[in-house]
Amino acid sequence: MMKRDIVIIGGGPAGLAAAISCFENGNRDILILERETYLGGILNQCIHNGFGLHTFKEELTGPEYAGRYVDKVRDLGIDYRLDTMVIDINQEKVVSAINEKDGLLQIQAKAVILAMGCRERSRGALNIPGYRPAGIFSAGTAQRYVNIEGYMPGKQVVILGSGDIGLIMARRMTLEGAKVKMVCEIMPYSGGLKRNIVQCLDDYGIPLKLNHTVTKIFGKERVTGVNVSEVDPATRMPIPGTEEYVACDTLLLSVGLIPENELSRKAHVKINPKTQGPEVDESLSTSIPGIFAAGNVLHVHDLVDFVSQEAALAGKFAVKYIAGLSQDGSAVAVEPQNGVRYSVPSRIHPGNAEDITVIRFRTDNVYRDVFLSVYLDEERVMHLKKRILTPGEMEQVNIPKKWITDRPGLSRIRILVEKE
Amino acid sequence: MKETRQLTCISCPMGCPLTVEMEDGVITNVLGYTCRRGEEYARKEVTNPRRTLTSVIPVLHGEIDMVSVKTRTDIPKAMVRECILALKNLEIEAPVVIGQVIVHDLCGTGVDLIATKAVRRNNP
Ligand SMILES: Cc1cc2nc3c(=O)[nH]c(=O)nc-3n(C[C@H](O)[C@H](O)[C@H](O)COP(=O)(O)OP(=O)(O)OC[C@H]3O[C@@H](n4cnc5c(N)ncnc54)[C@H](O)[C@@H]3O)c2cc1C
Ligand code: SF4
Repeated sequence: MMKRDIVIIGGGPAGLAAAISCFENGNRDILILERETYLGGILNQCIHNGFGLHTFKEELTGPEYAGRYVDKVRDLGIDYRLDTMVIDINQEKVVSAINEKDGLLQIQAKAVILAMGCRERSRGALNIPGYRPAGIFSAGTAQRYVNIEGYMPGKQVVILGSGDIGLIMARRMTLEGAKVKMVCEIMPYSGGLKRNIVQCLDDYGIPLKLNHTVTKIFGKERVTGVNVSEVDPATRMPIPGTEEYVACDTLLLSVGLIPENELSRKAHVKINPKTQGPEVDESLSTSIPGIFAAGNVLHVHDLVDFVSQEAALAGKFAVKYIAGLSQDGSAVAVEPQNGVRYSVPSRIHPGNAEDITVIRFRTDNVYRDVFLSVYLDEERVMHLKKRILTPGEMEQVNIPKKWITDRPGLSRIRILVEKE
Repeated sequence: MKETRQLTCISCPMGCPLTVEMEDGVITNVLGYTCRRGEEYARKEVTNPRRTLTSVIPVLHGEIDMVSVKTRTDIPKAMVRECILALKNLEIEAPVVIGQVIVHDLCGTGVDLIATKAVRRNNP
């Protein structure tokens, strides 16, 4: 069996940044496994600009952002295998993968970094009545067709869900000559970034219908139209009599992303039901020592810059773990409460933490003119005025290690939304 | 005549809400930005709105079929449609490097169209 100190699963921005960080922190025995024929992950199809403002202080397109990390990985001589699909990981950190050249590959790792990204929710989960004709795609699949394969999946489009990919595709397909009739969103607010509503919908006069959903799909072989209905914001059920027929040949679904964790489950990594990603501590270590996670596999990010930062930290801690320098000791729980839906990490070992631990989270609803508070047990240590908090945008707070070490016996850090 | 316009800054994902106050078509005040880019955006948006255009064009003899491209800087918003139509008949021979100029001075905008992805040549 092949042996490697660090095996990284996935060669997207998370995997690449983790690999570079491992190298820079002194461990060079690294292998990246990627199932596609190229590195860079989902960014290869995100050809629009708006990436990397935080990291590079300039606005890059997805492929350009990925390109910088790919170049660095190649320059450092970090080993990677493409067209290699990881099929299993076990608790002993044996990674099994297959490719055409090697057949079955088994690698004993000292540390594994999960960086498999996420996948789109499929229509199966949606239960819209009607046949299953051709012409229904997830927004990401359509993005792949248009931007990687250079092929337009349709001419008259309705988009269900206002996630960022759907918004980006509304503009992209319009530019390529399609007529995007509307974007329907079942919630009273958009799941996407405000800037994408402005530059992808408003710029092209595409209506965004909040509190609306698709209630029926017409067409047997190919989609011919859909019924769109208004929903009651309280129950989110369609209001009878409000349905409107919209002719279209294509329905794009942009109804959310789920971390891709089949492999993590095989290794018996504990999954957080709120994020659908592994539960991690300050070092991005999962419930299994030596298995780390970062990027969209951990929780869905809107900004790739934060993916790269998170992954670099996972790489650093993986190196520390292999060197036997991780200190566990007792942990302080991080508890999302009152309006905060989840937090990553969910516990902090003060002995092992960096000087500042970044806690990332999302709220469960839109809140205006509220305060974001952090409590150490019952003591309030942070109280930030926020004009708006929305589930579509990830928030973060920085927790200095000193806050914890100065308070022996501290049991929990609570993050919550307060009216005053 | 006094007027105010409400905008959302698109220069970064923060999406700050901006207010531009104008008198007889002249900007008198910009409010709501968090950083300088926001103020710049607001001034441009009410006088000469601009956007970066991104798309893909076919590559010949490349390891992949399409290469992604962008205008090096933003171009006048009113010219986006003309520019995208001008891309329709383009193809490029591999290899392509990131930043390679595909079209000089796209449609008289004064802005070059450049590649945003590297494509190696396909060795048959
Ligand atoms: C459509 C879209 C638009 C976006 N727009 C923006 C934007 O404008 N600005 C911004 O900053 N961010 C944006 N993002 C977010 C950003 O691109 C992502 O957060 C980032 O790409 C996540 O990186 P990742 O490495 O975690 O996942 P990915 O990029 O998905 O990479 C995961 C990799 O793992 C591989 N993999 C998975 N399973 C296996 C396996 N079993 N074996 C081997 N390999 C495997 C996959 O093939 C893939 O290459 C966007 C995301 C999407 C999807
Ligand atoms: S004003 Fe500055 S911080 Fe606010 S959205 Fe614009 S660029 Fe971003």
